[in-house]
Order: sequence, then structure tokens, then C-alpha cells
Amino acid sequence: MDKFTTLTGIAAPMPLVNIDTDMIIPKQFLKTIQRSGLGKNLFDEMRYTQDGAEIPDFVLNQPAYRSAEIIVAGDNFGCGSSREHAPWALLDFGIRCVIATSFADIFYNNCFKNGILPIVMPQDVVDVLMADARRGANARMTVDLVAQTVTTSDGQSFGFEVDSHRKHCLLNGLDDIGLTLEKAAAIDSYEARTATTRPWA
Amino acid sequence: MTAPRTLYDKIWDDHVVHQAEDGTCLLYIDRHLVHEVTSPQAFEGLRMTGRTVRAPEKTIAVPDHNVPTTLDRANAATMTEDSRIQVDALDKNAKDFGINYYPVSDVRQGIVHIVGPEQGWTLPGMTVVCGDSHTATHGAFGSLAHGIGTSEVEHVLATQTLIQRKGKNMKVEITGSLRPGVTAKDITLSVIGETGTAGGTGYVIEYCGQAIRELSMEGRMTVCNMAIEGGARAGLIAPDEKTFAYCMGRPHAPKGAKWEAAVAYWKTLFSDDDAHWDKVVTLKGEDIAPVVTWGTSPEDVLPITGTVPAASDFTGGKVEAAQRSLDYMGLTPGMKLSDIKIDTVFIGSCTNGRIEDLRAAAAILKGKKKKDGIRAMVVPGSGLVRAQAEEEGLAQIFIDAGFEWRLAGCSMCLAMNPDQLTPGERCAATSNRNFEGRQGRGGRTHLMSPAMAAAAALTGHLTDVRELMGETV
Repeated sequence: MDKFTTLTGIAAPMPLVNIDTDMIIPKQFLKTIQRSGLGKNLFDEMRYTQDGAEIPDFVLNQPAYRSAEIIVAGDNFGCGSSREHAPWALLDFGIRCVIATSFADIFYNNCFKNGILPIVMPQDVVDVLMADARRGANARMTVDLVAQTVTTSDGQSFGFEVDSHRKHCLLNGLDDIGLTLEKAAAIDSYEARTATTRPWA
Repeated sequence: MTAPRTLYDKIWDDHVVHQAEDGTCLLYIDRHLVHEVTSPQAFEGLRMTGRTVRAPEKTIAVPDHNVPTTLDRANAATMTEDSRIQVDALDKNAKDFGINYYPVSDVRQGIVHIVGPEQGWTLPGMTVVCGDSHTATHGAFGSLAHGIGTSEVEHVLATQTLIQRKGKNMKVEITGSLRPGVTAKDITLSVIGETGTAGGTGYVIEYCGQAIRELSMEGRMTVCNMAIEGGARAGLIAPDEKTFAYCMGRPHAPKGAKWEAAVAYWKTLFSDDDAHWDKVVTLKGEDIAPVVTWGTSPEDVLPITGTVPAASDFTGGKVEAAQRSLDYMGLTPGMKLSDIKIDTVFIGSCTNGRIEDLRAAAAILKGKKKKDGIRAMVVPGSGLVRAQAEEEGLAQIFIDAGFEWRLAGCSMCLAMNPDQLTPGERCAATSNRNFEGRQGRGGRTHLMSPAMAAAAALTGHLTDVRELMGETV
């Protein structure tokens, strides 16, 4: 997993609530056995017509936002299925940070496993960031995970919360499985204990 | 004397392997269910790092999302190449890593969330995970069950644990009894209508109250299945005598002295009287009507007696979302929901693909025919549900009514197999999501109960099933 420390980039405004995982990556693209290559199908049904032509109005098709690295969105981003293809598609497109008023739990969690930082901000801050994002390619936002701040192109800075364990893993690009396997002895003793207390499990 | 605890607290406490100073826990996983779509990258990760599956005996795999449901599916040509690659990958991974497996050719194959309980893998008090958000289904047994992403699938395969922080406790109480024609699906959709799709975010829901106690295990699974559509990763129902009766004698349920010990433990699994709830929602069972969705979010739910809302009925970001939904669904504000004409009926899915669901639909359809021109299909949730429905004569009722009688799989719930809607095609569906494009690009989904879907098949439009039952509304 790539580390995430600071990011200065273009933010795409998506002021829609309940952007679900079927929108982010429709099911026909889940038939892959790889993690990479999904960026071209990110938001596929919003981004392309049935014949595959780009829909010019869609934000990521607009010249200013084609190389966006941040998305600013409405409530409940990533609701729906557990498909990790959603963060894979975002990452493959180049998105490293999503800012919204709320996220669905599973999607939120999946982001951290892939080096993407999801940031929860209150509505009034999202409104400011959305307005900044609407200013296009010349307005670059800065996300600083170490300092836990988002700074607009005109220098307004807002703090955000992030779980300390997840922050540590993102900053260092750490593999959870490796960390857990260091606790193998604790897992062994748990299994030995439950072999008598819950032998049916 | 320990502090009063909720059911969720109790299951959580019994599964903590390690707790870090910041409160992050390593939680032991009793059952790991696996399907072909969200697992290939996880198994590949194990191979690349030389890791093995820590507890293959607690890992259960079944292909369900991609598999065709037509009777000729033994013919490999019925699957697209990319679907076949995923199913073949699961075949190989199950064999290579020695996990429990129900291949497509096995009569026990079906939707993972139907197979798990059916085979007795899911038991009260367990932690159950799967790379699928509808894992919440298993909460009906009083097990802590939730969906995970593929990275976590790999984590559970390698360590049989998950890194978790504890969620908050939410109680959803349904008091009193349901009225005739109202089902578990109407409960779960009505709760989402009340709380919104983000209302449960950060919570584990416990459903309780008389109306929940009165539900069968099948109905309870329907309720918990859609906890995720309300934003909660997990929904729970305390186990009781119905739960024990359902589990008893299933292939992987304990037997003899182990069974006795298990039941004694399961009887301790309930929320203490003075337990703390972070949020409480109460609905009266008598007030719940048969409902349908009109929009493209499961929270867009209304009683069938209602009318299509206008975007201006909403506030905030929902105004734009509602307008987008109305445009996508091709609906005009003010029209009666029961005037919405449909093209297709889909009965099945992990929400409503169990035997009781098929009985409820068949009771409405018995001796009748679907409206001319309607495409109608029933997809049983497992091969065993299909066999039981044939034995009970339900299959013949569906066939006589003009329905296609299919083999088991996820099918048109998410349309990863050939069962899809075409652009503009409008479907009365017993599944769980009405998102844009969910059942096929441009497809329009109205969610409802199996009885309501059957009623729509007979009339060709969304219909209050109570009218066909002779009930006064």
C-alpha cells in the first residue's frame, strides 16, 4: 500500500447525496480477478453513454477535473455493497482522498486498506470546500494527514479527525496482516480457550 | 456484578483476542463465508506472501453472484468468459486451500447467506463475516455478522481475526403485531424509511419487540439482511426457542452434549434490562403497511396507498437526489403508486429467496395467471429451497402462473449473471437495492415483499396485496 502523508491536488465537486458503490463501479466490472485497471470504469454509467462515448457534463470528463485527486461529495458516500472494487477504481483513476459529511462504514474502512484517506467534515466546511473545488484546476486543495488539516486554495484551513491506528498505517503504508500475525500467540491462546468454552464454534 | 450489557456487547466481549491502548480490538471470527466475486484477489494475496488459510474448517465458499440460473447452466457456454474465470478461480482456491466448498453442481449450492444458515454453519453468538454487505442476514440468529472488503477477506483468511473498533448500540423495537398482508420485508423497509440510509451508520442494530419475536427465522433473516441498507453493518435479533429449533439437526450444528452446552450458552445471549442504548427507534407493528420504493435509494419508501412525491417535498441534498431519482425512474409527482405499470417481476435474492418467501408468493398466485406480457421469474435462494418448493407443490403454482422456475443464485438482484433488466424496463423486485443500474443499466427497480411482487405480476402494476386477499385497508 502506498503511504499517504500530504497531498496537494485538484478536487472534483460531486454535490450529490448517497453516491453508492454501484455508481462508483457498476457490477459488470466486478468480474475481474485483479485489483488494478478499474480507473477507466470509475463512475462508468454516469461518465459514458451506452455506446461508450464520454458524457461531457460529468465532472471527471470536464477538462478542469480530468486529473482530480480529491473528491468532495454529499452525505453517505460509498453506501451499498462491500465491493473493494470501489476504492480500487478510485485509486486507479488517481483519487487519493474523498471528503464528505458522512461515509458508509464498509467503504470508509476499505479506503484505508488502499491508501485512500476518507475525511468527514461538517456540512458548513463541506460547503466551503465544495465552493473551492468548483473553482477548477487552478484551485488546488492541500490535505495534510500529519497535521490533520485540509487547506483550500485561498488558505482557509480546517482540522479533521482520524483514528490513530488507521492514521499510523496510512502514514507508513503498513500491511495490517503483518501487524496481526505478530499477535499470533494471542490468537493461539484465544483458540485454546474457546475450544473448551465454545467447542461447537 | 458486571454492568448491564447489550447482546452486541456480550458477543463482542466473547470475541476479543487483543485490545490495544487506543481501543482498537483484534476480534476472533468464527465463520468466514466466501463467494467468487470478492475473494480472488484475497487468495492471490495469500499466494504472493506464502501465507495459508489459518482455519479452513471455519471457512465456507460457494459461487453465487455470477452463476446462470437457467436449467442449462451445466453447459459452460451459458456463462461469459469473465464470469467463468471467477467461478473457476473459486473452484481452484477452495481446493488449493482446503476450505469447505459447495460447487455449482452441488444441490446445496445457493446464495451464500442462504446456504450458511441452511447448513448450520451460522449459529447464535458467533461472529460471521463475508466479503458481501448482506452478511448482516446472519444476525437473525443472534450472531454478530457483517460485510467486509477484500483486504479484510485476506486478513481473515490469514489470521481468522479482524481489526475492529466497537460500534454503537441502536435498538429498533417493533411493538405489537403486524396486520394481514404485512411482512418482514415491510418492517425492514419501513425502518429504513424512518431512519434513512445513513441512520444506522456507526451502529449495530438490535431488532426487538413483539412483531420481531412473532417472525419466523426466515422473516428475521429478511429484517437483518437489510440492516446495511439502513447504514448499519450488522443487525441482530436475540436467539430464542425458534432459533434453536431452526438450528437443531442441521449438518454443521452441534449434536449431543455439545448441543446442550451450546443451547445453555445461547440462552445467555440477550440484552440486559438496563443496558445502554445510544439510539432507540420504535415503530408500531399495527402502523406498518405493505410498502414499495419509488426512487433509487432504499430510503425512498412509501406505503402502497401513497403517491409519488415531488423533489420539493424534501430538504437539503435530498432535493437534487429526489429529482434525479424521479427522472431516472420516469415517474411524475402526484401519481398513485398503484398506477405504476411494471414489465418484470423478480422473486428471489438473499433478502427474499427462502422457502417462506416462495410460500407467500405462491399463496397469492395459486390458480391464477400473470398478466399478459409480463416477464416473471422465481429464483430460489438455494438448491435445497428449490427442492423443497417442488416437494410442496409451489414450483407448479409458479409455473402454472406463467413464471420461469429457475436454479439458485443471486441472479437479477445485482445482474452479474445473464439475468438483467434492459434500459427503461421496470421491475417489481423482492431484492434489496434499487440503485441506478443495479439490475441492469437503465433498469428501474421497485423493492417490495414477495406477496406484493406476486400481486404486481397478476395485475401488471404495483398493487396493494391486501386487495387480492380480501382484506380491508
